[in-house]
This record gives sequence, C-alpha cells and structure tokens, in this order.
Amino acid sequence: MKITREEVLHVANLARLNLDEQAIELYTRQLADILAYMDTLNRVNTEGVPPTSHAIFLNNAFREDEVKESIPVDRALANAPLAEDGSFFVPKVIG
Amino acid sequence: MELCRLTIHEAHELLMKGEIASVELTSAVFDRIEEVEDRVGAYITLVKDRAMADAADADELIRHGNGGPLTGIPIAIKDVLCTEGIRTTCGSKILENFTPSYSSSIVKRLKEAHAVIVGKTNMDEFAMGSSTEHSAFMPTRNPWDLSRIPGGSSGGSAAAVAADECIGAIGTDTGGSIRQPACHCGVVGMKPTYGRVSRFGLVAFASSLDQIGPITKDVTDCAMLMNAICGYDPNDSTSVPREIPDYTKTLEAGLEGLVIGIPKEYFAEGLDEDVAQAVYAAIQVIEDLGATRKPVSLPHTEYAVAVYYLIAPAEASSNLARYDGVRYGFRDKGADALIQMYRDTRSKGFGPEVQRRIIIGTYALSAGYYDAYYGKASQVRTLIMQDFNQVFETCDVLLAPVAPTPAFKLGEKLDDPLAMYLSDIFTLPSSLAGIAGVSVPCGFTKDGLPIGLQVLSKPFDEEKLLKVAYNFEQATNFHTQRPNL
Repeated sequence: MKITREEVLHVANLARLNLDEQAIELYTRQLADILAYMDTLNRVNTEGVPPTSHAIFLNNAFREDEVKESIPVDRALANAPLAEDGSFFVPKVIG
Repeated sequence: MELCRLTIHEAHELLMKGEIASVELTSAVFDRIEEVEDRVGAYITLVKDRAMADAADADELIRHGNGGPLTGIPIAIKDVLCTEGIRTTCGSKILENFTPSYSSSIVKRLKEAHAVIVGKTNMDEFAMGSSTEHSAFMPTRNPWDLSRIPGGSSGGSAAAVAADECIGAIGTDTGGSIRQPACHCGVVGMKPTYGRVSRFGLVAFASSLDQIGPITKDVTDCAMLMNAICGYDPNDSTSVPREIPDYTKTLEAGLEGLVIGIPKEYFAEGLDEDVAQAVYAAIQVIEDLGATRKPVSLPHTEYAVAVYYLIAPAEASSNLARYDGVRYGFRDKGADALIQMYRDTRSKGFGPEVQRRIIIGTYALSAGYYDAYYGKASQVRTLIMQDFNQVFETCDVLLAPVAPTPAFKLGEKLDDPLAMYLSDIFTLPSSLAGIAGVSVPCGFTKDGLPIGLQVLSKPFDEEKLLKVAYNFEQATNFHTQRPNL
C-alpha cells in the first residue's frame, strides 16, 4: 500500500499536527518506505490467529469503590499553562 | 580509591562497615559528573543539593544500624519516571518545565529504601529511539567512544553507569531501550517480565510493552535493584500479584543441567563479525560451566520490526493525545481557538521522530487501515509469542546478541528512520512477547567497543536469567573494564 500526500494530511489532522510543506514531503516519502516494509507482514498466514493486545494473561483487576485521598486542586493545577478560579483555562471552544 | 567507580554491593559493604559515608560517596559521584559530563551528556537534570541532604540522612540511618541494601547509594533515574518536585521532561520540549505533583511508584520504593537520587537522565524523546539522538535537549555520547551513540532510549542511564556518573541507574524498555544501551555502553541492563514492575508514574509510550528495569555495573547490582523495584502495586492494574524472590540469593547456583537454546535467526546475515565472535565465545563459556547447548528456531523473528513499529506507534499515538497544552506542559499561546491551540502546541512541542510515530500510529489505527496494519500486526505478535512458548518447553534460557552491530556513529542513522528501526531486531521479539531479558557485557570489538550477550527467559523466570548472567560474569572479566574518559 502506498501512502499519498492527502493521506498524510488527513492523518496529521486526526492527530492534531500542523505540517509545513517540507514536513509533508518528508513524511510522505519516509512513511512510504516504512509502510512498504510493513507490507512484509502480508507474507504471514494469520488466518484464525487471535490477536494479542497484552502479553501477560491477567484477569480484570477489581477493587473496592472507596473514597481515597487525591491530589488537591491547587496541585493538580500547578502545571497548567493557564488556570483561573480552580479551573484549566483554554481559548474559546466554538469559533 | 575512586569512590564513584564502586558497584552498589561494594559501596553497600563499605557503608555498612562505616569505612565510607554516603556523603563522601555522593560527593565523589558529583565530582565525577563535574569532570566528564560536558563530554558525555548523560543528565538532563541534576539535583545535587537534594542528593547531599538525602545522603546525610542515609548516613544517619546507617549510624543507627538502620541501613538497608540501597541506603545511601547514588542512583540515576531516566527522565520518563515522575519525581515529585523534580522536573520530568521525557526528553521533550513539550514537558520541558513539567514538575510532577507525585512520584512514580518505583521512585517511591527507591526513596523508601533510602537510595540517593542523583538526577534525571537523558533519553530519546518519549523513549522513541535507539540512539538518544532524539532527545530535544542534546545527544548523549558513548563513554567508550565519544563519536558514537550510547544506544537508546535509556542512553543517558547507560552512559551515566558506564562513566561512573552514578552507582546504578533505572531505565525503561519498550522494544530494547534498557538492553541495547546497556550493551553499547558495556554495562548490565535488565528488562523484567511485563507486569513485574509497577508503571504507576511512568510516562506512557506503548502501554502493552513498556517496562522498567535496572542498569548497573554488574549482575549482583542488577539483582539488588530488582529486589527493590519488583512487585505488585494496586496503582498499576497491569502489575502482577506474584511473590518476589530475593534475586541475590540464587545468583551463585551453578549451571549444570541447564539447557540453553541458540535461536538461529539471531545469527543470520547482517550480524557484525566481531559481535558474532564474542557471542559465540560467550555461549562456549556458558557451556563449559555445565549448560547444554540446543539449536532452536524462532521462525517469526524477521517480522518483529514490522509488528513493533506498527503496535508501538499505534499505542503511542493514543497515549500522546494527552499533550494538548491544557493541563500541563508547553502551550503555544498564539492561537485564539481551541483546536488551533492543540495543533500549534503539539507541532511546536513534539520533535520530528515523535511526530513521525504519531502519524504512523494514527494511520495504522485509522478507518480503512486498521485491519491491514494494527490488526495484522497484533496477529503476528501472537505467532511471535508462540515461537517463544514453544522453545521454552525444552530450553531454560535463550542466548543471543543484543544488537546486530556495535554502537554506531552519531548522525549515522538519523535521516533514515527505517535503518534505525532495524537496529532493534534482536530486542523487539522478546518485548512483544513480554518475556524477561538481560544484557551482560561479553567482549569488545577490534576497535574497543563493548558487545553484549542477551539472555532471555520465559515470563517471571528472572532468577534463572540472573543466575546465567552472574555465572558468565564471574567466569570472565569484561564487566571490570571501564572506558578511558
């Protein structure tokens, strides 16, 4: 499969990245090489093979739903680029 | 005696006997940093004042007979592990000024053991890389040859250990990021079984692969750090509730009757001649110690690079969605609308390799391509795991090279991401399978660059790995060599 310039732009949009002309050109070329290499996987017959998403078998880890101490608001906001009135402050959401 | 050159166990013994103090040891480490750091570049952040205060506290404990195995030992921490009150950058501009409000469980455990944290080590941005050149701040240089890479992504931790800029270190391994830099820097590095070590407070890269482990000057030190960091943690639901043995207790058991598998796919074309020779010689040493060699095959090895470089970026693209300039980290303040702020922040905050992987990962997960890429890779991952399950039915451990070549030159693979990815071929399969692995020094190239032997075991069999590595180490003297800085 060959990745096109439009696909790179589409994916960059999904990932919330701006790409300039130079980056679009570079990534289109590099991703084409990388994805061509990934196509070697098509040589493997995987019919009926279950996918693995987690290497070690674990049952769901349940715990009691208890109220515990958590990070206070001022500390949670301490790293915010902009905070006001105990909230994270962002530019307007609807333009 | 140069105190900075001590191993953890040597320093521990001297501290307990009262022959040295942690304050002296810690000062010696900072003197060494002063001497070599401008050439090596192992650290992003140093915390000398805190470290000296912690060392004084440790001395007090030891004086009162309350010292444990790590009390007063200067340890370096990879900058991907959260440290309360000490900035944690992940080698990225986007977290350049991020100071966590809590510590990772592993850092907490080390603090409870009264280890002394020296600083935070350099790494490829968000642990994405094999050379530490993808750090947003600076490259780290290999202490054995400053024109070469130290490996990555835990290159700062491995270089700090090799250059005696700490006594031991912690790294993380997603596809080889502990074992490969340990190999290139001539030190010991272990990736424990997936689930063995809590990842609470580890900044996530690829959640089905990430694991924390020690990088040390010898195998005994590795076992000592394993004792401190392993174990279940209710804050990490992927940590496994299993009993943790004392890893130092079984090191000396012999190798008689042990079956060592030699996977032929790890000795194929493209393996550097010096590396092949050193690894074959190491296998002979282990055989001479009483183990039995058995040729085996892991037929899906050749697909590991493709599988890993789909699965890891896919998981990363999701994990790194959280860097949006809202709750922490860098925000570009130019935009007056939210979505544009996200875009500007992420484009200016992430470096090129991280952006490349986010794009690959997003592509592999996107509508129309999910089955062909992520789905297919997850199936081949199962086959890679089955290869290992099969050979571990008849073998106790596998022996192989860590990397196909010794450390390459800075800049050599920077413009060719695929070539960089292919250099991880021998560490990726075991990461995908979640099994344990260790790299132990096993020789030098003609040019004097370190070579590592990789020992792999089935899940939760770290004792056996450490035993093999220890017996090999004791029969050889590679681990006693130090770079001439």
